[in-house]
Amino acid sequence: MTMRRLINLKRVEARRIYLTYFIVIIAYVICQTMSSTRILSSTMRGMLVPICAYMVMSISLNLVVGISGELSLGHAGFMSVGAFSGVAAAILMQSVIPFAPVRLALAMIIAAIFAAIAGFLIGIPVLRLKGDYLAIVTLAFGEIIKSILNNFYMGMDSGGIQFSMLSDTTRLLPGGKLIIRGPMGISGIQKIATFPAGFILVMISLMIVFNLVNSRSGRAFMAIRDDRIAAESIGLDITKYKMMAFVLSAAMAGAAGALFAMNYSTIVANKFDFNTSILILVFVVLGGQGNMLGGIIAAAALTILPEKLRQFSDYRMLLYAVILIVTMLGTNNQDIRNFFAKLNPFRHKEPEEEEAA
Amino acid sequence: MIFLNYFISGISLGSIYAIIALGYTMVYGIAKMLNFAHGDVIMVGAYVCFYAVARYNFNPFLGVLLAMIVCTFLGIIVERLAYKPLRQAPSLAVLITAIGVSYFLQNSALLLWSSNPKVFPSIIGRGAFKLFDGELSVSHITALTIIACLVIMVVLTLFISKTRLGKAMRACSEDKGAAQLMGINVNATISLTFAIGSGLAAIAGALLCSAYPTLMPTTGALPGIKAFTAAVFGGIGSIPGAFLGGLMLGVIEIFAKAYISSQLSDAVVFAVLIIVLLVKPAGLLGRLTQEKV
Repeated sequence: MTMRRLINLKRVEARRIYLTYFIVIIAYVICQTMSSTRILSSTMRGMLVPICAYMVMSISLNLVVGISGELSLGHAGFMSVGAFSGVAAAILMQSVIPFAPVRLALAMIIAAIFAAIAGFLIGIPVLRLKGDYLAIVTLAFGEIIKSILNNFYMGMDSGGIQFSMLSDTTRLLPGGKLIIRGPMGISGIQKIATFPAGFILVMISLMIVFNLVNSRSGRAFMAIRDDRIAAESIGLDITKYKMMAFVLSAAMAGAAGALFAMNYSTIVANKFDFNTSILILVFVVLGGQGNMLGGIIAAAALTILPEKLRQFSDYRMLLYAVILIVTMLGTNNQDIRNFFAKLNPFRHKEPEEEEAA
Repeated sequence: MIFLNYFISGISLGSIYAIIALGYTMVYGIAKMLNFAHGDVIMVGAYVCFYAVARYNFNPFLGVLLAMIVCTFLGIIVERLAYKPLRQAPSLAVLITAIGVSYFLQNSALLLWSSNPKVFPSIIGRGAFKLFDGELSVSHITALTIIACLVIMVVLTLFISKTRLGKAMRACSEDKGAAQLMGINVNATISLTFAIGSGLAAIAGALLCSAYPTLMPTTGALPGIKAFTAAVFGGIGSIPGAFLGGLMLGVIEIFAKAYISSQLSDAVVFAVLIIVLLVKPAGLLGRLTQEKV
């Protein structure tokens, strides 16, 4: 590989990053205008914040799956840790900080910290494993987090914050308030999540990931992903870098969870189950592993798609499944790809070049 | 005596997990893919059996046989249409396709049979054997489940180790390219694996719904995940491992429900899985492949 080729590669990379920012900003401006001029239906307006949250989830999981090369099947667990800690924090801060945007920002930061701690604790055992075994352990942790949150009670009274497990034994003093109610989750949440806040979170996540990927650590992630043994032999601390990616990803998932939760009045742990983890994985794989723009487009498309398919009523989830299978076959089967390539008259790139881009 | 009762119901639940886990582990061993749609094949099998027995008054064993035939064909068709075109694709793409198939089966079931839970008739009635002056009671279905699992285990082990087809399966799981060069039809062998796994899933579906008689389109999902866990627990790709993993998972689950907390039993099961994998990273009976540089 010559130096020129390397420089070119870099330029393509830079162009792609700016393109991603550009598209996200344009999409935000369009959606915001449409939303404020009421062109967007109320259902669609209600979906703007969840779409942002899923976009951040997609970016976050892409860091683990696409950049760091590990399969995580329990990412909804971090989202749920973030959702619960963030909402609980927001409720506790309600009287101290009356200004909603600041409270939202603080809640998201607290959610990110809690999810990062969970990510670190889970990362210690998980990152010792490899491949499918690692995947099943993340699945297991996702289920454990769900079970624990389903049986977790937290309340606050004049004596401070009280916790209990399994059943409500917090024994709150009069005037106290039970915040997290086991399987009932948290209800009566103030909906302070806004579309601009979601947009800012998406932009921050993109900045973090892009800056990381093009840093020393990011190159270490990719070196480990491409060849673990070679990376180890040149002295890269594998566990350290894997942990870094995992914790950062968990933190972003936590912030996204808090944003997501504060768009609804009630949140329960069962919302963040295995199916949610899989949904996020589908965003990443459909968008292209390691491709942030693809991931966020997939997140938006697949969140809107079931809504748009609503006219097919009962058939919509069936159609969704078929679209998913056909897309996977279409993008991964060489015969089908060649067939589509022949149909495309504008195609002039050499396949090798395309891979490099 | 209560302990023994729990133990027996644990073994019975574990037997069902083991039968499902066999499907996961065989497919993983040969196609190196996690077939997430396997749990939904169980559900399809249970529905076929339900309609045959409850609506058309088939003999229950004929009903199970019919379910096995339907699921076997379902397994082969799914493999041909969805997984075979992706033989060369990255494993994640295959995983997502399997999830797509899982959604497809669940939602087809929803359309065909509605979401109303059906009360599954027990395939051999609700009687029980009373032992030790009635202190220990083992229901017929529990006994049948354990026996069925043992029979399946023995037959499958003999099939894999003694027959030509079994040998072909072992060869394919070892090295597909070399197997092909030796004149083994790799595609047919993979189809056969899916067929056996799906046929077993039908049996598991009938047994599962006889023991826990609520049948819904999502019935297969959680037992599917648990059985997958059991397969990993025992060492994925290993047939005795699936058997051992299934039984242990069932016993742990029932004991956790009885002695720790019924709400946290799933958490306990998964926590045990994590601990086992930390001590033995390839599962209880799995082979740890050494990486060559």
